[in-house]
Amino acid sequence: MRIVLSNDSRLAIWEQIVEQIKDAIMKGELSPGDPLPSIRALARDLRISVITTKRAYDELEAERFVESIQGKGSFVAAQDSAMMREKRLKSIEARLSEALIEARLLGFDYEELEQMLRILWEE
Amino acid sequence: MENILDIKNLRKEFGGFTLDNISFALPRGYIMGFIGPNGSGKTTTLKLIMNLMRADAGTIEVFGQDHIRFEREIKQRIGFVYDEPVYYENLSIRRMTGLISPFYAKWDQSLYEDYLRRFELNADQKIKTLSKGMRTKYALALALSHGAELLIMDEPTAGLDPVFRRELLDILLDVMQREENSILFSTHITSDLDRVADYITFIDRGKIVLSQDKDSLYEQYVLVKGGPGDLTDALRRELIGVTVSAHGFEGLASHPVQGEGLLLDKPSLEDIMFFHTRGDRHGA
Repeated sequence: MRIVLSNDSRLAIWEQIVEQIKDAIMKGELSPGDPLPSIRALARDLRISVITTKRAYDELEAERFVESIQGKGSFVAAQDSAMMREKRLKSIEARLSEALIEARLLGFDYEELEQMLRILWEE
Repeated sequence: MENILDIKNLRKEFGGFTLDNISFALPRGYIMGFIGPNGSGKTTTLKLIMNLMRADAGTIEVFGQDHIRFEREIKQRIGFVYDEPVYYENLSIRRMTGLISPFYAKWDQSLYEDYLRRFELNADQKIKTLSKGMRTKYALALALSHGAELLIMDEPTAGLDPVFRRELLDILLDVMQREENSILFSTHITSDLDRVADYITFIDRGKIVLSQDKDSLYEQYVLVKGGPGDLTDALRRELIGVTVSAHGFEGLASHPVQGEGLLLDKPSLEDIMFFHTRGDRHGA
C-alpha cells in the first residue's frame, strides 16, 4: 500500500491517509478482503501519532470503505458495485470541475476546452 | 479510557518559582509531548511524578495508584530517562548495569543486550568516555529493558543531532507497538513531536496553558498573516499573540478569523508555543 504524506497539503494528515486509501480501493489496487496494516504499525511506518491513524481508519469505516473485525484488524470492505460506480463518477466530476475552474480563470471558452479534451481522449 | 498517569492540582513552591495547580492526564497507549520554554516547570513536574521532590499540594496517580504510597511497585513499571543521567563515571557500562539491573524484578538481560547492539554501545566502555548521545542511548537501553509500561523522558533529545533524534523517534514508535505502553516526553524542540505525539501538554511559567489531543489543537488554532495595514485593533483583540515588522504581522488565533487580505495558515507546535509565551499579548 502506497501512502505519501505531505506537510504542505491543505489536508490534515488523517485526511491525506483517507484520500489515498480510498483512491487505492477505487483504482482496484486494494481489493475487498485485503487486510490493512494495524493502526499502530501504520503509525510507526508513517511516523505519525496513533490518534491520527485511528481517526483515518474510523473515517474509512464510517464511509464503508473499510471494516474492522474485533481482534483481527481492519480489512477492505466489499464494495457495492453500483455505489462504487457512483463514487468514481463523483470523483471524475470533481476533477473535471476543477479543470473547468482553472480554464475559466485563464479565459478559455467551451470550444477550446472541448478540443483539448478530444485531443487528450484520442491520445 | 484508562489513565496511566493522572495529575491533579499539583503545587510546588521553591526558590521564587511556583508550579501552580497543575492538572493533566495521559490515557494508556499514547504518547504525550510535554512542552514549554526552558524554566517553565517541565523538569520539576517530572521530578514530582518520580517522587524525587515533595509536592506542597495535589495528587499524582500512576497506574491508578498513589505515586508515593506505591512508589516501589510503580517504579518497577516506569522507565525514566533524565536529561543529565547520573552514573558512576569510572565504571564500565557492564558494571554500572550490574548495579542497576538487580533492582528490577522484570529485568530482561537479552533484550538489554539487543539494545546495546542496536545503539552500538560497547559494554566495556567507561561511562566517562561516553558522548552525550551515547549516554542518552545507554539511559534508554536501561529504561527499555525492564518491562516498563510508562516511559518518562526529560528532554531526551536536547543537545543531540537530528540523526539521533530521528532514531529516537523510531525507537519510541517501536515501543508504542504494544498497546499497553505509554510515553511522557518533555522537550522544548517541538518539531520532534509535531507528528508522533498523540497528546500535547503545554506548560508556561509554572502553569498549564493547554493539555489536549494534538490533532484537535491543530484544528483549533490558526496562524494569521497580513500586511502592516491589515492589523486593525479589532483583529489584535482576537489574537493570542502577534509579532509585527515593517512589512506585516503574524499572529495566532484560537478560532478562524475573517478579514480582507489576510492569509490563514496551519500553525506548527512551535508557533502555538511561541505566540502563547513570547508574542505581545494582544499587541499590548
